[in-house]
Amino acid sequence: MNPARGSLLGIEHLEAAEVLKMLKFARRMNPDKARPLLKGKRVLLLFYEASTRTRSSFEIAAKSMGAHTVLIQSAGSSIEKGESLLDTGYTVRAVGADVIVIRHPNAGAPYIMAQHIDVPVINAGDGLHEHPSQALLDAYTILRNKKTFKGLQVAIVGDIFHSRVARSACHLLSKFGVKIILCGPPELAPEVAATLAPGVRVTRHIEDALRGTDVVMLLRVQKERLAGLMIDLPEYIARYQMTPARLKMAKKDAIVMHPGPIIRGLELTSEVADGERSRILEEVHNGVLTRMAILARAMGKMR
Amino acid sequence: MTSSEKNRNTLLIKGGHLIDPVARIDAPMDVLLKDGRVAEVALPNKIKGGADEKFDARGLIVAPGFIDLHVHLREPGQTHKETIATGTAAAAAGGFTSVCTMPNTAPVVDSVEWVEWLRQPERGAVVNVFAIAAATRASLGTTLSDFRALHSAGAVAVSDDGRPILDDGMMREALVLGGELNFPVVQHAEDTRMTENCSMHAGARSFRLGLRGMTAAAEASIVERDVQLAMQIPNARLHVAHLSTADALKSVRRGKRAKARVTFEVTPHHFTLTDEDMRDYDSNYKMNPPLRSTADREAVLAALADGTVDAIATDHAPHAAHEKEMEFERAAFGIAGLETALALAITRLHREKHIPLVRIVELFTAGPARCFDLRGRGSLVRGSIADVTVLDPKKKWTFDAAKSQSKSRNTPFDGWQLTGKVVAAIVGGKVVYSG
Repeated sequence: MNPARGSLLGIEHLEAAEVLKMLKFARRMNPDKARPLLKGKRVLLLFYEASTRTRSSFEIAAKSMGAHTVLIQSAGSSIEKGESLLDTGYTVRAVGADVIVIRHPNAGAPYIMAQHIDVPVINAGDGLHEHPSQALLDAYTILRNKKTFKGLQVAIVGDIFHSRVARSACHLLSKFGVKIILCGPPELAPEVAATLAPGVRVTRHIEDALRGTDVVMLLRVQKERLAGLMIDLPEYIARYQMTPARLKMAKKDAIVMHPGPIIRGLELTSEVADGERSRILEEVHNGVLTRMAILARAMGKMR
Repeated sequence: MTSSEKNRNTLLIKGGHLIDPVARIDAPMDVLLKDGRVAEVALPNKIKGGADEKFDARGLIVAPGFIDLHVHLREPGQTHKETIATGTAAAAAGGFTSVCTMPNTAPVVDSVEWVEWLRQPERGAVVNVFAIAAATRASLGTTLSDFRALHSAGAVAVSDDGRPILDDGMMREALVLGGELNFPVVQHAEDTRMTENCSMHAGARSFRLGLRGMTAAAEASIVERDVQLAMQIPNARLHVAHLSTADALKSVRRGKRAKARVTFEVTPHHFTLTDEDMRDYDSNYKMNPPLRSTADREAVLAALADGTVDAIATDHAPHAAHEKEMEFERAAFGIAGLETALALAITRLHREKHIPLVRIVELFTAGPARCFDLRGRGSLVRGSIADVTVLDPKKKWTFDAAKSQSKSRNTPFDGWQLTGKVVAAIVGGKVVYSG
């Protein structure tokens, strides 16, 4: 079965025009004065993995447009008792879900769900694969700050390998001709990452990544996903931590972004996190707007 | 000839084109089977006397019965996936008259009792089933199983398939003891220390899909070590299961050049597909070893063409739907393969790569028979066991997994248009499948 209309499984196969449509629609959103586009709809939030920002902003986005939300987390549900992904999907569909928002530790889990369940499925992060709503809110944040994607250069620094945020960001920005530089040690930023999308390259040197860069996107070193990879953290900090001095290597008006959660003192210093270039909290705010657009699109209300 | 000497208990295969690589025959020939043996092979219409039964093979190819060195029949203990009855029915439909079944069952086939159990008539096998016994007790990799007893009981090889023997000392011991008994040690070559949580080949595609990848090195390093051991240990016999990478192939080629007793098999899926072929996390593309890069596939194809490959084996690995329809990373490894093997070989190797049919027949018959010393099989020279596969190399057909004889449906080839079809499988002189 093909995924239901309005599903958002990833950025990779989305048309650039569709991305722009969502970003434009998000621009008109205001969670405090939202039209009840989702009135009476049931949004099932199926979270198989921990989340603060994504979960709360999907919930606020849905509620502000009049939807009911139900949160199901693996702990305390039948998932814990060994129910399969699809059986949980059939169950929430039978309960009356109109949209399923799913976060899952396995890549592709939303695809499996969407192939068997006849309501829109929204990927809220699947393993190492994609995090489309994050890429959209990041694109939204970049556009708000830089007005256009034209001629932009974005550096993504840190744990690319384990990052679904990085993969989605590369797919999205590449569709608009943005130059993308991935930076980190070989274990975290493997050469193969350059094959993700046109305009993506990999460098080991932070100076190389920052020179001429408009947007510095930092990523957390995902200790929980390293699975035996030996990363020398002091060495990582010495070579890649974003400090005020390093940030000076980027363009004068460069902004700093981070999908969170941030680990102060590791991938960035507090001065950078709280500095005037930081857009980290703005991203969180924009997350609600873009997720309103994603949910409205899922219900065919993005007009 | 008096009437009492008339060919009783006989089957005459008439009008076909015989391909028997061992006998160097690639010509129109009639074949007479009698009392479970090949009684006569002769030019058309030269076999005198009648026969109880005749098989009209006009326009068809007659070949020695196909042998699959690597199947999982899932018995004992995993009958929800497959049984010996359903698995061998699928084998017959695929033209295989003999299959060698892997011991990674529940319990593991590591004793004489279980080897004998596999052969009991109650199992309902319709083709010959040969046991590959576990190389170590319960395939735990700690104590070698009783090779001598297993060998006498009729096991054709030993393997800890799926749980490779990583320990150098243990592998050496297995090859030493196997060498003394002329017993092949079959290795599923995978350094599992390097493949934890991995579900496909490591490459651009796995990176894009966010799936942890098995490197080619995880296979090649074990094959290299095993070949080195086989070169050092007198009489050791190493058989590399489902070889899938160009690097591993280099080691095997070196071993063969050094006259070590190293044989290997490749699967139809590895010579047909690459890691780029999987769509939308479809676990029917998930198997171990995984589908590899285009360069790896090309290396395998070259080795098939130049005669280096010893056998095509399916690694038929049936699983129930609920074990496959799930998160790709959690889904079971393995695909069903018995009913598509020949057609994939003819479609991909013969028609596209122009590998002669004689060579393809050899890869399904004489090649595998040599790997495991299956005496009397792999050829139709007079006196051989009367196992015969009849096929139509030009027949176009569409594979429908729903109509498979196997209990399971986990195949990436559902709906594929293929050329080359099995027309009949004859086991011990009896037609067990005709399609």
